Order: sequence, then C-alpha cells, then structure tokens
Amino acid sequence: MSRQRSNYENTLWRKFERWVNGEDNSSMEASEKHEEKIQRISKEQQQDVVDFEATAEDVNELISKEKKRKIEALYRKYENWPQTKGIKIFTGLYRAMAVILCACIIALLLITVSYLPEFGNANNPANNEVPERYIENGIEETGAVNFVAGMILDYRAFDTLGESHVLFIAACCVLILLRADKKKEDKKKEQKKNITCVVADGNDRIYEPKNDKILQKIAFILVPPIIIYGIYVVLNGHLSPGGGFSGGAIIGAGLILYTNAFGFKKTSEFFTYKTFSTVTVCSLLFYAGAKSYSFYTGANHLESHIPKGIPGNILSSGLILPLNIAVGLIVACTMYGFYSLFRKGGM
Amino acid sequence: MLKMLFNNYYETVAVILFGIGFTTLLLHRNMIKKILGLNIMDTAVYLFLAAKGYIYGGVAPILVEGSKEVTYVNPIPSGLVLTGIVVSVSSSALMLALTIRLYKRYHTLDIDQMSMLAKKEEM
Repeated sequence: MSRQRSNYENTLWRKFERWVNGEDNSSMEASEKHEEKIQRISKEQQQDVVDFEATAEDVNELISKEKKRKIEALYRKYENWPQTKGIKIFTGLYRAMAVILCACIIALLLITVSYLPEFGNANNPANNEVPERYIENGIEETGAVNFVAGMILDYRAFDTLGESHVLFIAACCVLILLRADKKKEDKKKEQKKNITCVVADGNDRIYEPKNDKILQKIAFILVPPIIIYGIYVVLNGHLSPGGGFSGGAIIGAGLILYTNAFGFKKTSEFFTYKTFSTVTVCSLLFYAGAKSYSFYTGANHLESHIPKGIPGNILSSGLILPLNIAVGLIVACTMYGFYSLFRKGGM
Repeated sequence: MLKMLFNNYYETVAVILFGIGFTTLLLHRNMIKKILGLNIMDTAVYLFLAAKGYIYGGVAPILVEGSKEVTYVNPIPSGLVLTGIVVSVSSSALMLALTIRLYKRYHTLDIDQMSMLAKKEEM
C-alpha cells in the first residue's frame, strides 16, 4: 500500500515534478503560502469579530480596523515577494547558468579547434579537388579572371539567385512591417486634432527642407565619386575584387548620404517606391531568366551560347557581367529601401 | 593542445568571439543588444570560414598573369562568407523592423516587460 505523505506538496520530488511540468514553482508556492496566511488570518478575524460583537461595538470596530490594517500590511509584504526577491533570485540563477553554458560551449569548441588541421597548410582537407578545379579550369569555363566571381555567378549561380531572393524577401517583410499606412495616419491625425491642437509627430519630414550647409557641400563633393566608384566595382566584378554585392552596397551608401544631405523630397524626384519595385523585380526576373536556361537544355549542358571573350577585357566572361549588374541594382535598391523604411516608413 | 590552439589562433579567436556573442544574446534583456550579440556571432562565423580558406603564401583568387607558380587562396570560403553576409544583413534588418513594431506597441525594449504586457493583454 502506498501512502501519501501529508506534506506531499512541499517535498523535493513534488517540487521537481512541478518544475518538469513547467508549473511556476516559486510564485505558486509563495502565493499558496500567502493565501493560506490570508485565510488563517481572516478566520481568526471572523472569530474575533464574533467574540467582540457580544461585548461592545466600538471596541469591536477599533479592533477589526487594526486587524484589517495588519492583514493589509501582511498582504503588502507578501504581494511584492515575486516582484522583488523572486525575480532577483531567478535572474541571478539564469545569468549564472547562461555564463556556465556559454563557457561550456566555448570550451567544447576550443577542444574541437585544437584537433582541426593546421592553419594555412596547403594540404588541408578543405583544399581538395573542388577549389583546384575552380582555379585550374575556371578561366576556360567561365572566362572570369576573378575566380570568386566565376564561382558564385557561374558554377554556383543558383546559390546567388537564392541570396538575392533572401535580400528581396527581407526588403518586402520590412516594407510590410514598417510602411506607414497613410489612411490610418490621416485618421489618427484628425482624431488628435480634435482632441488637442498640438500634434507631436516623430516623422522626419518635419525637418525638411534641409539647410545643413556643411553636410550639403561635403555631399555635393562626395556623392558622385562614391556612386561612380560603386559602378566601377560592379562593372569590374569579374576582373578585380568586388562584384554585385559590394558595389551595390557602395551605391546604396552614396544614395543614403545624398538623402541625408538633401532630404527625401529631392531623392524622391528620381527614386520612389515605384522605381524600387520595378528595378528589383526586373533584375530578379532577368537573373532568373538568364540562369534558368539549364532547365530547358538539361542540367548537364550548362554552356551558354554567349561568347566568353578574351579574359581580362570588360566585355568578357559571358553572363557574369549582366548578372553582376542585376545583383548590384538589387542590392543598391534594397540598401536604400531599408534606410528610408527605417527612417520614415516609406520611400 | 595549447600549442595547436596557438597555431590555429584565428579559429580560436573566432570561437571565443562566438561565445561572447552567444553570452550577449542570453544575458541582455534589451532587444537591440540581443541583435548585436547575434551579429557578433555572425562575424565569428565569417572569421572562421575565412581562416579555413587561407593558405600560407597564397594570393587572392584573381588570375596573376605571367608566372604560373602562384598558389591561390581557396575561393570557396570567400563565396560562402559572401552568402553569409547577405543573409545576416537581411535577417538583422527583419529583426530590427520587428523590434520597431514591438516598441511602437509596448513602448519598451525590455523583453521581460514586453512579455508581461502581452500576457496582461491576453487576460
């Protein structure tokens, strides 16, 4: 026969079980204790009230007030327990455990690192036949002097297509999350105007037109070289370090500097939401179309009929240059789009 | 073991950086600081990948004309790092946008207060 202990709720096993079941242990216990106390006290109070009612009403009232005050004090004392002590204990434990966990992870990874092959050795297993082939046959097969560009835009072009889509989808999500709803804002403004005359608005457009002379002069000098340099990096992606992603980021930085100096009104003369959507969607479509011919010709026949040209010339390496331009456009538009969405919720 | 750790010092630093980022992610309650921790972890991964691709005496994987006796650095980790950077930029932009929306709703960046307020709203 199993018998249940009288104080089963307070045993270690029960506590562990509660913790496993995800019931909030500390606060529950505290609240239980606290409820018990309140019940006990209220019973005592009732008894006292019954006792004193027989004797005298004034004394009874006084004493009951005193009791109430005591109960309230007790209640206050225990009400704050989870907020003050409980959370402190929990956060302390949590922090200690987090640091221990991270230390364990670092130690494990360090042990793994100590068994890794030596740094910089040419015979490491990472330097196997794949990069060798990329380097040996890359020039003939892709026509790109920059092996990385040849790799990511020819051998692994689908990977880069996925990357551009990740960027595009992130921009779409940010657009959904942050785009200011004009109708709703107008309604809110009307409501606010009805209630109070002062409308506190966090919108950046209040500060336009911009009159920052130093910033405008420096932007006037710096923006054209930055954008030209970005275009250079994009166009020389197959010849020198760089490519669509880095060049696009440089162009986007130039656009952001221009917006900061001259304001959104001037930028919207040539870059609006419509430009953003057309340019990104057209670039993505072009990329997908340019690289999907292997779906129709069969995956084994990956040669395109575009001439490779002489390696080292600007117009060489087949599809890599147009693909670089497409990626650069996507990245530049997305960078500027992120900035303007984060700043004012529109373009 | 210590000797190997010292030989692979790039990887060692990358692993320690990863741990620092993870600790930041766990310890801070501020959402922005959590995102910073995640970005530190990303950076550690890039460092690790770039270190794996390096070869002593290697040059950047761009064709050098003339001499044929040139060792090039492994180009694959560079491509992988490029992918990683793009994905991390997109994901951090998405996280920051979500943080902005949450801040507009609850007027706090503290994750505990946010969940308390959300629970209160449910009740």
